[in-house]
Amino acid sequence: MVEVREKIDVAIVGAGHAGCEAALACSRLGLETYIFTMSADNIAFMPCNPHIGGSSKGHLVREIDALGGEMGKVIDKTFLQSKMLNTSKGPAVHSLRCQADKMEYSKEMKRVLEAQDHLTVKQAEVSELLYEDITDEKLKNQGYERRITGVKIFSGIIYEAKAVILCTGTYLKSRCLTGEAITYSGPNGLQPSNLLSESLLKAGIELRRFKTGTPARMDGKTLDYSKMSEQFGDDPVIPFSFDTDPKDVQRPQVSCWLTYTNEKTHEIIRNNIDRSPIYAGIIEGVGPRYCPSIEDKVVKFPDHERHQVFVEPEGTFTNEMYIDGMSSSLPEDVQIAMYRTVPGLENCRIVKSAYAIEYDCLCPGQLHPTLELKKIYGLFSAGQFNGSSGYEEAAAQGLYAGVNAAMEIFGKEPLSIDRSEGYIGVLVDDLVTKENLEPYRMMTSRAEYRLLLRQDNADLRLRAKGYEVGLISKEKYDALLNKQELIDKEVDRLKNTKVGANPTIQSFLEKNDSTPLKTATSLAELICRPEFNYDNIAEIDPDREELPSAVKEQVEITIRYEGYITRQLRQVEQFKKLEKKLIPADIDYEDVSSLRLEARQKLEKFRPTNIGQASRIGGVNPADITVLVIYLDSLRRGQSNEN
Amino acid sequence: MGNVLRSFNDDTICAIATAMTDAGIGIIRVSGKDAVSICDKLYISGKKERDLIRHKPNTIRYGYIVDGDRIVDEVMISFMKAPHSYTCEDVIEINSHGGMLVMNEVLSLLLKNGCRLAEPGEFTKRAFLNGRIDLTKAEAVMDIIEAQSTFALESSRAQLSGNIYDEVVSLRKDILYQMAYIESALDDPENYDLTGFSSELKSKILPMIDKISKLLTSADEGIIRKDGIKTVIIGKPNAGKSSLLNALSGSDRAIVTDIAGTTRDVIEETVRLDDIVLNLIDTAGIRETEDLIEKIGVDRAKEKIAEADLCLYVLDSTSDIEDIDKDIFKLCEGKKTIVILNKNDLTTAIKISKDILPMLFSGSNNIDFPIITTSLLNREGLDELKRSITDIFFNGEIAPKQEIYITNLRHKKLFEEALDSLKLVVDSIEKDLSEDFYTIDLSNAYSSLGEIIGQEVGDDLVEEIFSKFCMGK
Repeated sequence: MVEVREKIDVAIVGAGHAGCEAALACSRLGLETYIFTMSADNIAFMPCNPHIGGSSKGHLVREIDALGGEMGKVIDKTFLQSKMLNTSKGPAVHSLRCQADKMEYSKEMKRVLEAQDHLTVKQAEVSELLYEDITDEKLKNQGYERRITGVKIFSGIIYEAKAVILCTGTYLKSRCLTGEAITYSGPNGLQPSNLLSESLLKAGIELRRFKTGTPARMDGKTLDYSKMSEQFGDDPVIPFSFDTDPKDVQRPQVSCWLTYTNEKTHEIIRNNIDRSPIYAGIIEGVGPRYCPSIEDKVVKFPDHERHQVFVEPEGTFTNEMYIDGMSSSLPEDVQIAMYRTVPGLENCRIVKSAYAIEYDCLCPGQLHPTLELKKIYGLFSAGQFNGSSGYEEAAAQGLYAGVNAAMEIFGKEPLSIDRSEGYIGVLVDDLVTKENLEPYRMMTSRAEYRLLLRQDNADLRLRAKGYEVGLISKEKYDALLNKQELIDKEVDRLKNTKVGANPTIQSFLEKNDSTPLKTATSLAELICRPEFNYDNIAEIDPDREELPSAVKEQVEITIRYEGYITRQLRQVEQFKKLEKKLIPADIDYEDVSSLRLEARQKLEKFRPTNIGQASRIGGVNPADITVLVIYLDSLRRGQSNEN
Repeated sequence: MGNVLRSFNDDTICAIATAMTDAGIGIIRVSGKDAVSICDKLYISGKKERDLIRHKPNTIRYGYIVDGDRIVDEVMISFMKAPHSYTCEDVIEINSHGGMLVMNEVLSLLLKNGCRLAEPGEFTKRAFLNGRIDLTKAEAVMDIIEAQSTFALESSRAQLSGNIYDEVVSLRKDILYQMAYIESALDDPENYDLTGFSSELKSKILPMIDKISKLLTSADEGIIRKDGIKTVIIGKPNAGKSSLLNALSGSDRAIVTDIAGTTRDVIEETVRLDDIVLNLIDTAGIRETEDLIEKIGVDRAKEKIAEADLCLYVLDSTSDIEDIDKDIFKLCEGKKTIVILNKNDLTTAIKISKDILPMLFSGSNNIDFPIITTSLLNREGLDELKRSITDIFFNGEIAPKQEIYITNLRHKKLFEEALDSLKLVVDSIEKDLSEDFYTIDLSNAYSSLGEIIGQEVGDDLVEEIFSKFCMGK
């Protein structure tokens, strides 16, 4: 065969949620981009749950949107139901979640990709990475050993590229397990990718085996909804994207249903636990603790009498229902028996059985905080391949890796988001710094500064960064600046507008069961009283101008939680101090003689860029950090003495 | 770069470990991986052999320090092998005859043969870095070295044995559990229930607040017992302030004259009344003055009063109360004050007595003070003064009564921070805020406590502590 060589800028391997964001970021920044997929009809496919967002994941979607990503816009067009979760808690843990129409979501994302300039969708299996040895001394000193030059697809065609982004999801050498039945396929019977792993290993990349699972899909007409409680969406709906007009998302919604497992269910599971491939030891991959199968839950919480089961539509194109909360890898006969014990599912017919899937993925300690491989210049990776789980986690990494691949090609500073700036920062830092022994799922508890990292202020936190890298237009950025100004001005006005203890005010307070004033007080102080909010004090604030609801929301949060926000900002200051203590790229940990052996090994393995990151590595304790700080200090002093 | 690396725990350090005076015996300590080989170059045994290398660890031997053929000193030498030594490194201690001249000569021989002079606190720093002691213990070492009183020594020893450490670890464990529960419930609301959690949390936090408050109450007493009571002596010119200072210090430190205004500078002196340490500040006579130099003295006196723990107000019992006395008294308002009615030896001339004094000061808020009478020139009345101070500061107990005292300002500050944070948690609970708010202040409390024992990486903390260490330890 004649050798065909195509010259492009960036090759994206995989068109799942990570791949799509990575491809859009690169092509929107003007780079010639190819996105390779095993199936061009399954772009942005949702092989597991039919929702986008949820606790902490909703934050990620908002952040992706703030930076100029696509996920929020696509789900705004294709959701079946939308709900803000945790509204009984503080604003830090409010999180938006949408039920997606899976087919529509996939189609809409495909439309976006196809309409994008500089972007080509290519159905092909990437079988080989192409690279050369590094000759550049500067790059060598930074630890790079190889430089990526492109990819080869199964047919033999070569795509020469300046950067490659691996977004292979769960497709590398995947196999699906339902009890004893094992199929060597990707999710939902799709073709796996069996060739690339060998090439990655040859390039010196360390791989491991992870597993995840999904519950059964049932024929909706065989379920009895009268035995379940109906779960409605919000009214009005709040859109995911900061650019979506709220008017466009007010449309009829589809309900979900809640039911529960019971002792009978658990008994069946317990009696058959030895037939689960995990408990029988057939699965070698490590599964996610935080997205457990029903058998894991029954084992972990033996005294819980029941577990929640949400029955959710997969889309309008089908009557398949997703049985959320009961993922399993038990054999099909056990599954049928187990599901049929659940109220409403007594006569269920299973369209697709629950299964566990096992796949090759990367040990992300091999990555720079930019998601580039430390040893291979120009090779980036994102998504489930990095050991995460979830569509949102994947999309966030895809965007981050895509932007950073572009920045490297342009010779610009990388996009950097730290733990105090976004959940994306937490996600990336956790992945590259901590030894994750199971698929990594985003959770609110992982974010130390979550009161600052709210879903409602993702635009205020990150739009400027999106603008800086070139994914946010000047117009949108100006709108953001304007919003910030309105917020600041209004907060200022409310703090400085005093109301006196006069009869009008006192009777207003009395009417609202609020303590009368003794002396004049500011409107801001009144808003801090639990019985008041920005809107319901309008009567005693005749001078206010009408503001957009997003501005009012920020004003109210800023005023009401000021003390907490200030304290959290102080924590961030402390955090930044350690982040600013940089560790030289060429440090030799063998020279730091008083480090404990374990700490030295871990530091050598992860090679953190600063003291803050070093302190988060498992197995490195505060005493080790003290040793390191003093060592760096002595280096610094030694150098200044020599000068 | 090579130099730098050697300077980081890789090199062998030495210093004189005992007081820098001509004492009966002096110890020179050497620590590091070359301690043995370096000392071997300058030590020969009693049998005139260079055999330090075969010296059995943890024994002491007799021999000589030599410079070439010349014997410098007759010594006892001991060798502690890593990691069973103070620094966890090879340590050699040379017990020399203690003359400054001799010790310095031994030291310079060590330096000549490859040792580096230890920085202040470096031996302890190495002990800490090598994981032998935690931060509170390292601080305790410093305190023991500087101990001025029996109490200071006792409390430092208690700290060294891990008293504060244990207390902090237990508090931190409890806080961590609560944080972990909240986080679990936020992530997995189905399996972790928060119903009724806030009142339960409150019932857990209040005892912690109580515990830390008690520790902090001990801190004022603990720090005063350890570091001494900052005492200011005030009074009109020539009331007997300098005589008081002299009586307490037992020497004619300040000039005693009959001319008003001779003491112009603020003199600081540390004296001990048995186990009570007083850091005395004599002040220039406080009065309205046109004399510029004296004015500076008076202003400084006012500043000193502000920072003092105790005011000793000396009144001349043979002169009448003037307006200026009342003004001086005003300066002491809110301070712990003892009135000393002096010159009671001149019985014939007494114009103010203990009984009528409060009446003379009517109009002042601060009349609930102890009054003692003295004749300072005859050193009479000092016992009563001591009793009075003990009453005011230690509830009449001369011996410490608590098991744990906070005696370190850094610990005190961090305990205070932790206390404030825990109070804010209770405040959030009382304001009915949701659980996710609690973790902000819980984690602050956790960090502050962690900083006390070095389990939290504070900024430049380590350097700050070790720079305070004296040489050789």
